[in-house]
Amino acid sequence: MNVEKRFEIVRTFVAVTISLLIGFAIILFASDEPLSTLYYFIISPSTKMRYLGNVVELAIPLIFSGLATSILFQTGLFNLGSEGVFYFSGLLASIIGIKFSLSFIFHPILAILIGSLFGMIVMLLIGFFKAKWNASELVISLMFNSIFFGIGAYILNFYFRDPNVSGVYSFKMNESVFLNKIIPGTRIHTGLIIALLTVFLVYLFLYRTRWGYEIRMTGLNKRFGKYTGMNTTKVILIASILAGAIAGMGGAVEIIGMYDRFKWSALPGLGFDGALIAMLAKNKPKNVIFAALFLAYIRIGADLMARMTDIPSEMVYILQAIIILFISGKKFLEGYKEKSLLKEVKNNE
Amino acid sequence: MDNYILELKNIMKLYNNGVVANKKVNFELKEGEIHAIVGENGAGKSTLMKILFGMEQPTSGEIFFKGKKTNIEGSDKAIEMGIGMVHQHFMLVPSFTIAQNMILGMEPKKGISIDYNKATDMIKDLIKVYNLKVDPNMKTEDLSVGMKQKVEILKALLRGAKILILDEPTAVLTPQETDELFVQLKKLKENGHTIIFISHKLREVKSICDRVTVIKKGLTMGTYNVSDMTEQEISNIMIGRDVVLKYDKRKNEKGEALLKVENLSYKGIEGNYILKDINFTLNRGNILGIAGIEGNGQRELISIITGNKKNYEGNVFLGEKSIQKLSIGEIKNYGMSYIPEDRMTDGVAKEAFIMENLIGNRYKSSELNNGLLFDMNKINKLSEELVSSYDVVCKDIEQKVESLSGGNIQKIVVARECSIDPEVLIAEQPTRGVDVGAAHFIHEEIIKLRDDKTAVLLVSADLNEAMELSDSLIVMFEGKIVAYFEDVKETDEEELGLYMLGIKRQSEEEIRRAIDEC
Repeated sequence: MNVEKRFEIVRTFVAVTISLLIGFAIILFASDEPLSTLYYFIISPSTKMRYLGNVVELAIPLIFSGLATSILFQTGLFNLGSEGVFYFSGLLASIIGIKFSLSFIFHPILAILIGSLFGMIVMLLIGFFKAKWNASELVISLMFNSIFFGIGAYILNFYFRDPNVSGVYSFKMNESVFLNKIIPGTRIHTGLIIALLTVFLVYLFLYRTRWGYEIRMTGLNKRFGKYTGMNTTKVILIASILAGAIAGMGGAVEIIGMYDRFKWSALPGLGFDGALIAMLAKNKPKNVIFAALFLAYIRIGADLMARMTDIPSEMVYILQAIIILFISGKKFLEGYKEKSLLKEVKNNE
Repeated sequence: MDNYILELKNIMKLYNNGVVANKKVNFELKEGEIHAIVGENGAGKSTLMKILFGMEQPTSGEIFFKGKKTNIEGSDKAIEMGIGMVHQHFMLVPSFTIAQNMILGMEPKKGISIDYNKATDMIKDLIKVYNLKVDPNMKTEDLSVGMKQKVEILKALLRGAKILILDEPTAVLTPQETDELFVQLKKLKENGHTIIFISHKLREVKSICDRVTVIKKGLTMGTYNVSDMTEQEISNIMIGRDVVLKYDKRKNEKGEALLKVENLSYKGIEGNYILKDINFTLNRGNILGIAGIEGNGQRELISIITGNKKNYEGNVFLGEKSIQKLSIGEIKNYGMSYIPEDRMTDGVAKEAFIMENLIGNRYKSSELNNGLLFDMNKINKLSEELVSSYDVVCKDIEQKVESLSGGNIQKIVVARECSIDPEVLIAEQPTRGVDVGAAHFIHEEIIKLRDDKTAVLLVSADLNEAMELSDSLIVMFEGKIVAYFEDVKETDEEELGLYMLGIKRQSEEEIRRAIDEC
């Protein structure tokens, strides 16, 4: 293995380890029963089939959002629009679920397609602004998140809200739209298969096709892309559309896989988690699966901990923040990299 | 010991990407002198300057300040030590007044608000002492370039600078402003300031500097008293040949014209002509060299020919076709290969694998694709072949390019660009920062292409390279062609040096031959 790969792995590993250690330290100080708290946080998610199921259920939307964000990051776009797309595509999917009644397989497919289509349009718009006017994709995507949440909340409240339940929930969806549960004793649904298949297809696209090559080279060095004669506008648009499709798919799958009504009263946060996962996964599709599982695991662990002990689940956000800090801090462990590079340069000569 | 105020010993600087900018630099500064640092672009001047001002840390070596060993950890430390810097690109806020710009970061306070009266007084005192005429209440954006530079100098003085570093201060000035600057610099010297003057304009060095240190390829070639040296002698040390390269080129008949440049002019942002009336023809089987000190329009010329700049006047024909409407991709498809000057920013994606960098100009070809997907076997095979036939030293083709040495990175660029048998090859400083062995290899590749009937345009600031490789030679100075030699053997290094430094110039008729006789 070469220096670069080793360095990235070491860096991610050290960042995760340090944040976990800090998490332990916080638990030791804040908890009256630190040992059992640690047990619930770290061990308990793997003790029951149901808990493991929870981890995988949570990982499914995270895989979608992580994948979408990875594609954007690989293109060099800091676009966080997956969040709004997730929310609104979820709402669209639930509307399809409420309004239509189709034979079993076509209904979820229609819901997912509509969600994807919406994601594609939104991301295409953001990508267009970026490519055409060099507008900051970060600012636009964040504003779009608020806009779509506002529109979505309006539509939900005035057209699809079920007055017979107390929360701001939609009517019940027709059962034909639901994704099938595939593992007994858990709520793991066919969305998992769709997610894994998407990972594989995205991997093929990014690493085995000329369009993926253009996306990755443009992301690594835009000037190199230009120099080799790539049309960088086209590259940005293709990557945006693809990411939008995946984020939209994620929102739809989450709603028809896990809920019977549309229940999100705020932005679900799953899109933003995509950024964390993309960072952990170094934007590599197959790493996204592991990063999503890791994040899901500590989230479920934190949930169990909050239910069983005196430490609230928000503790997990401290860990997340520390991981992001270390991984995005370019200088973190840079000295180590420099030394290995120096050695390598000397060895090669 | 001498009364050196600042001394650098055996400075080595290795950048993160594996580029060694300074190999071994020694530099001694006497108090109260004007000391020039000369060298070509890429010789390591700016790295040295950044080390002096604390913007970069040397990888190894020692710095002594007034005889005591120190580290200059940052610009603030440098300022504290009395080192001031006048950047080539001014560091001023355009919408601020001169006074606001000057006190930025060291504002005199009255309570919690800034005491502007005191600031203005401070600045007026300073202006009186140094006799630099500026009005502190003027907006900076309204100032001429020369005035802005004065503000930069005052800014450094206000921070108590005793040693002033000026980075190519005359590059942006008119001749009159330059004269004025020199008067001021002499006055500063009389006031006991020490000045480091970075330049490659030898005439200026000769006219105001006391001593000169020559840097070449990251090494100090020596420090000399300016009065003991002629411009010619300094220039020989700066650009003269060190290793004599010799190539046996077989005689080649010139083929048809593949690239024609007609009356090409190009204006910079300030509206001045960076290129003016460039005419030449590039023929099949011929290497046309463009010699010249860097910054005389070569970069812009290549930018236009490769399709990166469009707003030019005149015409460039690739074969029969004007490139005005062609995209970079279309120009490449015609069969133009390009070895760019800056391999790290343009030539490679350094975080990508060797393999991925090698296929940059043919990833769309049906050879390497199998329907929708890449044919990985063929890509791997091609990469392995290129790596071995171009002698790239690496572990495997899935190594990131950034972990290779400069010479090997350049070989990857050369391998990619030369292995498609291009019609036209543009080679821009193809062996800059590359070790002798790799340079030799690259030169032979270029000659091989010429023998195989490629038309080669070679831009080189390295005289040795330009003379040994080229069949014909053009010299550029200040955006114009000042000399053309149909056969490079008509001339010699000394004569070229005079053309390159603008001391000599051919007649219009002689230069016109570049397009007529080709």
